[in-house]
Amino acid sequence: MAERTTIVVQSGDMDKMYSALIIANGALAMGMDVWMFFTFWGLERLKKGGLDKGPLSKMHMLGLGKWMVKQRMNKAKVVSLEKLMADFKDLGGKIIACEMTMEIMGIKKQDLREDLIDEYGAVGMYIDKARESNVTLFI
Amino acid sequence: MTEIKVDVRGQTCPVPLVEVRKAVRKATVGDVIEVVGTHPASMKEIPLAVKALELELLSIEGAETNWKIRIKR
Repeated sequence: MAERTTIVVQSGDMDKMYSALIIANGALAMGMDVWMFFTFWGLERLKKGGLDKGPLSKMHMLGLGKWMVKQRMNKAKVVSLEKLMADFKDLGGKIIACEMTMEIMGIKKQDLREDLIDEYGAVGMYIDKARESNVTLFI
Repeated sequence: MTEIKVDVRGQTCPVPLVEVRKAVRKATVGDVIEVVGTHPASMKEIPLAVKALELELLSIEGAETNWKIRIKR
């Protein structure tokens, strides 16, 4: 059985979404299985049209900071979150959507990009994946 | 045996690594994958991926901003 990485995506911040997806893609590229568990603010990013909507975790400055960072990212030819997500799914990455967050925030399945989501579950499902993981992160 | 070409010149982390992985998935045992790129970090990390995926590193040539790596599946 392949080694596994499990990542809890609790933050919805743009920069942290980049960290999570880049690490996830790196792990897939190096032959690991990857499960991402989207919870709380992270789950907001799985809403339709929401992937790119997160603020910067620092220096957001009402969007100015985010705009500046995006300019720099474009210049450095960093790919979009959509491209990272497409590659993640293409390489067999799995996504769990947190059902408790859906209840708390009143998010319905049809609000989410159901095509990206492999499982709907709570902490038990995360632990079930994480306990047999070689790498596990909380972002 | 076929030779698969992967051109990731101008691409940055993690795209070169991801594209190598996609090529490896397409390849069959014995195929050679030739990757050309310009991202310095990728020149270092692709060999790490080759090791992790238990593939054979045939050669690394060029400078860190213009390199060619050959891998055998």
